[in-house]
Amino acid sequence: MKLIILNDYDQASEWAAKYIRNKILQFSPGPNKYFTLGLPTGSTPLGCYKKLIEYYKNGDLSFQYVKTFNMDEYVGLPRDHPESYHSFMWNNFFKHIDIKAENTHILDGNTADLQAECDSFEKKITAAGGIQLFVGGIGPDGHIAFNEPGSSLVSRTRVKTLAKDTIMANARFFDGDLSKVPTMALTVGVGTVMDAKEVMILITGAHKAFALYKAIEEGVNHMWTVSAFQQHPQTIFVCDEDATLELRVKTVKYFKGMMHVHNKLVESPPSEPKKN
Amino acid sequence: MPSNKSVSDAPITQFINCRILRDNELQREDLWVREGRILDPEKLFFDEQGYADKRVDCGGSIIAPGFIDVQINGGYGIDFSQASEDVSDGVSFVAKKILEHGVTSFCPTLVTSPPEVYHKVLPQVKVHDGGPHGAGVLGFHLEGPFISAEKKGAHPEKYLRTFKSGGLEHLMEVYGSLDDVAIVTLAPELPGSQSVVRELSQRGITVSLGEHRSQLLLVSESVSVQPGRFHALSNPSVSAVVQFHHRDPGIVGLLTSDRIPAGRVVYYGMIADGIHTNPAALRIAHRAHPSGLVLVTDAITAMGLPPGRHTLGQQVIEIQGLHAYVAGTKTLSGSIATMDMCVRHFKQVSGCSVQEALEAASLHPAQLLGISPKKGKLDYGSDADLVLLDEGLNVKATYISGEEVWRKGQ
Repeated sequence: MKLIILNDYDQASEWAAKYIRNKILQFSPGPNKYFTLGLPTGSTPLGCYKKLIEYYKNGDLSFQYVKTFNMDEYVGLPRDHPESYHSFMWNNFFKHIDIKAENTHILDGNTADLQAECDSFEKKITAAGGIQLFVGGIGPDGHIAFNEPGSSLVSRTRVKTLAKDTIMANARFFDGDLSKVPTMALTVGVGTVMDAKEVMILITGAHKAFALYKAIEEGVNHMWTVSAFQQHPQTIFVCDEDATLELRVKTVKYFKGMMHVHNKLVESPPSEPKKN
Repeated sequence: MPSNKSVSDAPITQFINCRILRDNELQREDLWVREGRILDPEKLFFDEQGYADKRVDCGGSIIAPGFIDVQINGGYGIDFSQASEDVSDGVSFVAKKILEHGVTSFCPTLVTSPPEVYHKVLPQVKVHDGGPHGAGVLGFHLEGPFISAEKKGAHPEKYLRTFKSGGLEHLMEVYGSLDDVAIVTLAPELPGSQSVVRELSQRGITVSLGEHRSQLLLVSESVSVQPGRFHALSNPSVSAVVQFHHRDPGIVGLLTSDRIPAGRVVYYGMIADGIHTNPAALRIAHRAHPSGLVLVTDAITAMGLPPGRHTLGQQVIEIQGLHAYVAGTKTLSGSIATMDMCVRHFKQVSGCSVQEALEAASLHPAQLLGISPKKGKLDYGSDADLVLLDEGLNVKATYISGEEVWRKGQ
């Protein structure tokens, strides 16, 4: 694992965005070679999305040959509801960049056969050649996507009932009314994310600190599903100072000491003559 | 980039780099248009996997719904109340010119006239959509002759009328036809007016109270008797708005009356040309009842003509700046401010926000006529009648049904 520690939310967002940018550029996507990106929703990745939009607007990055797969979507929430993950992705990312609609994939929580939708999603990922880089966040209870505590660490895309903690955490997006928050969601499994070539987890804020501690300093445990990535060959955790508050000083010092090496990964690519 | 053809073949235009008036605020959003209406880009993306065929860079402009002028008597030498053979040409001429002021729909207004005039003029103009030929005609505004002699203002007294027995039939005798009429201004204190108001409302015609010095109680009764839609539009060229006595608050009292049924809004027109309405009156009315304020030009034949003397019909008018006088006198003959001037002046004098100033010329007249949200809004599905404005609310371009119909500098 690489643990990247930045001073604050903005710096963490920028580091993550630069990393994604560089990965895409190095891959050199084209019409026969799409870069596949797994994407999260929520407040944590907002800063990262803003930065990626900036890089697109500056002409440094194009999403023309990028395919995206979102992690999850609520069940039973109308697609045009302002809190659906479709709306989130449209308003915070898709509408600002040059991605083609047919290259975006978000689970449909309103189909008649939810499990068939999940199976179909898995097939689409396989058909796209697997995911190059899966970006995710972590819940206060250590979950990745909606893989709540107790989820199998080899699970695939499926329907999940949301934990009380998650519903409460989401209530703020539904006028604080718990009865309005959806209770079920479709989510990629832990196993689905583990299949990706590389996984990047964004963790910011003191309220996530305990979950980060459980994820990287304790054992692999299905009660803290993000811990599964200890067994992935290419994981990178990007966090701010506040998120490290529950870690051992030794861990933090070790990884901070490596920042000069890790920062090479986000250097601006050598400037090329801009293609017209 | 081609649009996906699963729902429609029609090309899609995306207005970028703009601020749009939506949900009572200026939002930094792109505006999407297809087949003459505002399009929901999120639905386009997810349902149709479509994207824009054409992008229009607005250079930071404000995009507002096109202005709607519900009280305009003529302009550029054309007088709508003239019983000529080519009324239609005259209306079309003005309709084309007012595109420059950001007006995309209007109600050609006729002042008090003898029946012969109505019988000749009304059949010549039908309600029709706007386009490159000019702003759309929403229907006539018939201001008079059923108004009070006491406060006749500029209306010729000999043609004023009262309702003889059989209210509506008498009205029909005078006007001939109500087919293409959007608004009728009458005086509620005339006996027989209640049933007339009711009948007109049932036909979907907006009724406006004008040129009167009614007691508040009388006016409120008129309001509460209404089934369907009723809106009051005080004639703004009269000082009725500034008449405010503590025992008879007049029109100003009506704006805040407790006798108005719940869910009903009273609308009132104001000319904000800096001449015909006292700025204090404008401020009081705006603060008392901001959501009912409808900006109108009440423009006369001389609007749009260059400074100097002009012979219009029986009169000689002298234009000096924004003032139009009866030649050789200091008597005002009417207003010649354009709609965009009114919007700018209203904002400046009342201290209201940009959104409120723009809504007074678009959303509120549309609501008054009951044609919102099709007109007067930039909601998904609304007609794409747009006005592009700069920071100072000067018109840069006008669009009708998504098509550019006027651009500054061309």
